[in-house]
Parts: sequence; structure tokens; C-alpha cells
Amino acid sequence: MRWLLIGIVWLYFLVLLVGPILYMASQSFSEGLTAFWTEITRPEALHGFTLTAEITLIVLVLNLIFGTLTALVLARQQFWGRSLISGVIDLPFAVSPVIAGFMLILLFGPDTMLGAWFGQAHIKVLFALPAMILATLFVTFPFMVRELTPLLQTLGTEEEEAARTLGANEWQVFLKVTLPALRWGLVYGATLTVARAIGEFGAVLVVSGNILLLTQTATLHIYQSYVDFNYVAANAVALTLLAVSFAILTVLEIAKARAETTVAEAGAQ
Amino acid sequence: MTSHMLLSLALRSAAVGYVLLLIFLPLATLTQQSITSGWDRFIQDLSAPQAAAALWLTIETSAIATVINAIFGTLSALVLVRYEFPGRWLLNALVDLPFAIPTLVAGLMIAAIYGPTSVLGTWLQQGGLTVLYNQPGIILAMLFVTMPFTIRSLQPVLMGLERDQEEAAFTLGASPWTTFWKVTVPSVLPGLLTGVFLTFVRALGEFGSIVIVAGNIPMKTQVASVYVYGEIESYNPQAATSVSVLILLISFVVLLLLERLTRRPGERLPKLFRWSSRHEEPAHDSAMPTVAP
Repeated sequence: MRWLLIGIVWLYFLVLLVGPILYMASQSFSEGLTAFWTEITRPEALHGFTLTAEITLIVLVLNLIFGTLTALVLARQQFWGRSLISGVIDLPFAVSPVIAGFMLILLFGPDTMLGAWFGQAHIKVLFALPAMILATLFVTFPFMVRELTPLLQTLGTEEEEAARTLGANEWQVFLKVTLPALRWGLVYGATLTVARAIGEFGAVLVVSGNILLLTQTATLHIYQSYVDFNYVAANAVALTLLAVSFAILTVLEIAKARAETTVAEAGAQ
Repeated sequence: MTSHMLLSLALRSAAVGYVLLLIFLPLATLTQQSITSGWDRFIQDLSAPQAAAALWLTIETSAIATVINAIFGTLSALVLVRYEFPGRWLLNALVDLPFAIPTLVAGLMIAAIYGPTSVLGTWLQQGGLTVLYNQPGIILAMLFVTMPFTIRSLQPVLMGLERDQEEAAFTLGASPWTTFWKVTVPSVLPGLLTGVFLTFVRALGEFGSIVIVAGNIPMKTQVASVYVYGEIESYNPQAATSVSVLILLISFVVLLLLERLTRRPGERLPKLFRWSSRHEEPAHDSAMPTVAP
């Protein structure tokens, strides 16, 4: 019975996860290493990687700032509408990426007030970098907040109060006491954000217009290659992103273990 | 007003303002768009044959994927927590991988191995099972991207579950099957519900992996998110709005239901997404199942 169950679980993982990964890896190199290298160093591919890196970096910085801020406010302050805001933060998890992108199109379309205003100011939001960043911000916002809020609540305010009593100002308390305690939670939330930002496709596809060498990210390049029956290119770039995923997974596992230690220590005090 | 109060007011305004602008405003725009065009138009859009077919297909495949995920997810969580076996640490680490893999890449992987060009795909096709550009492919893609939900919501609860309860039932003469249904299942139900509901909502909205494996044939293998994308591309925001609003409504109702079912009395923050907050006290959770079977 026991070995039967273990066998079933192995088979489940094999069919769903391990098999497809290994097969894709073998396929990507079936045309040889040179073909693989040619595909990932093509200008279109390189542009895709660069654009993805740019968006990821900007989104990461904004999420670190506003995610921490929102988590602090939710964990430390009581105010009217707090649980409502907390509920709103979870909504992006429930919104299909395509719909998220569509909402931005509606919001910044030429017929709307916002769209007209940006149009007059000659700022291109849709089918350009700003909308792609907004779309990625929308889908990744919950990660940091949902990671940090419970962590802040577990840590409590005792050490912060102690620092205040000793004469530290708010900024010093934040930098010297709160932030160090949050660091592994921040790493975990940041890694989830990076993973989602690199992999985001639906929302970015809708708002970017998928313009070659202009608004085509790495995932959009994969999609375009696949649609054009250029499977070698699609597989090569996909395998590169897959390798990044494994690196992300490793960081996640480490950060998870460390964050749990932090919480255990806070609990023991 | 002290400077401390001013500071917290400033921080609060910044956080609330950011959340409202980033998340609430787009949602409000979509809702307003839908309300402006009216109820009749909404019904008319949804009953267009292609839209209705896409919605049914999405709900049907999401439901099937959710059931499979619930069964195999529970089994995987149990085996990973309870048994020592070769490769256990590897499987345990791999569970999170679907969160890290771009959904589009997941779609490509499934298309490659289960497609007509691979040995496995050909073999399955000869056996009468066409995976790619067919419903099994859609379900497989949904299963891939939702794989971690059930396993990760159940694992902490199972780890905290007191083995003595099960052993007591066992000693009192209950069969392993009875013990599982009467002792294990009720204690882990909140965790299981979380995993199952999240799976369903995620499957409803999935796009990146499905757009590759489904073939997107209208009336046949076109899911709702792909339909919405098609309508946006063909400058038909009206139909896209109606279908989007319906999917969002279903998702929000499912999540609200989950919240009602799993919220512990006196809990302050909604815990919709337990898989990402691992700072729970599962022992306490399992000792007092919130939902009676």
C-alpha cells in the first residue's frame, strides 16, 4: 500500500512536471549547441531578455518600496477601511492576466479621461513601457505584501518600542530594527516577484502590442517564434527562462528556510 | 497633532492611495464600462454562441482540473509528509517549480512531450487519446500551473496534525479508510478547501499555457481568457468586457466563499492565500476544524 502510494505520487510528478521539463531540455539541444546559441543571441532574443530584465528591475524596486510600506501600514496601523484595503490587495491573484491587461487598455484608452490627458501630454502609456510596467506591477503586487504583513505581525513591536525609548527616530527604528528582521521575508517576496515578472505573459501581451524589437519581452518573443513555427527559437529562449526558474527556485527554498528561522526566533523570545 | 501622528497618516495615505490607484481603479473602470452598457447587452454578449461555448469549456475543464488536483495533491502532500522514500527531498523541492516557471514555457513543454511529434504523443494518439489541441491538453496545462496550491496548503496542516488522534481511532478498531475519512479529512479540511478553491480560480483565468496547448479553435477548444484576448485584438471591447466581468464575478464569489468557510473567529486579516503565508500555527488549526463535515 505504502509503496503503491509513493509510486503514484512519483508517476504524478513525472507525467506533469519532470517528464515535460526533461523532454524540453533534450529537444532544445537536438539541433546542437550552436543552433541553441545562435537562437538566444539573435538581436530579437537579446532585446527580449534586456526588456524583460528592465521591467523586472523597475517592478522589483517599486514593489520593495510600496510592498514594504503597505505591509507596515496594514500590520501596524488601525484605521477605517483597513480590512477592505487588505481584501483589495488579494484581488490580483484572482484576476486573469488577460483581464488585468484589458483593464489597463480600458483605463488608458484614447476615449478615457486618463488616456486623453496622457495623450495631450504626449506620454505614450499603452503599447509602450509604462503600460507593461503597470501590468506587471498589478499582477505582482500581492506577493511582497502577503509575505511581509504576517511576518511583521509575528515580530511584534517590542523591539521597535525599545529602540524608540533609547532615543532612535522613526527612520532609525525602521532601518536598524524593522528592516533587518524582515530581510528573509523580503528576499522571499522579492524572488516571487521576480519569478512572476520574468514569466508574465498574458497581461503584457495585451498592453504591449507585441512590437518586434520595441515592446517584445522574452516571453513574447517565445510566443511569436512559436506562432511563426520557429520551434527551435521558441525552445531555446524557453529553456533559458527555465534555467532562470531553477535559480529562482533555489533562492526560494533558502529564503523560506531562513524566514521560518526568523519567525521561530521571534516566537521564542 | 504630533509629528508621529503626521508621519503615520502620511504613510497610510501613501499605501492606501497606491493600492487604490494600482488595483482598485482598473477594476472600477471595467465595472463601470460594463454597467454603462447595461444588463441586456451583458446577457446578449454572454449568450453569443462562441462566448457561451468558451465559458462552458473553461468552467468544465477548470472543474475537472480542480478535482484531479485535489485528489493527487492530497495524496502527494500525505506521501511527502508521512513517508521516507528515495527522492523525497527532490519532489518536495520541485513542488514550487510551477510558481517559478513562466506559464508560456509550461505550455511549450506540455505541447512538446504530448504533441504529435513526440513518441509519447504518437503512442497516446494511437491509443485514442489526443492531448494537444484538445480538452486533455487544457486540463493538463491547468494542472501544471495549479500543482503547488493543494500540496502547499495541506503540508503544514498535515505536519501539525497530531498522529495520536489517528492512532487512537486505529486502536479503537477503525480501518485505515475510516480513520482517513473520519479523522484526517475533517482536520485538514480548511487547508484542503483553500487549495481547491485557489486551484479553481487560477484555472479559470489561466492563459499563457493554454494558448499554446489548446489550439484555440472557436466553439471547440477556445477557453474564456483566449476568447477575451481575441476580442481585444479584433477591437471588440464590448464582448471582452462582458466575458471578463463574468469570470471576475465567479472568481470573487469563489474567494469570498473560501474566506467565509475558512476564517477563524477573531481573525483580523483575510487569509485567502495561506500558501504564501507559512507563519501559521497548524497544530492549533488542526485541533479545531472550522468547518464541520
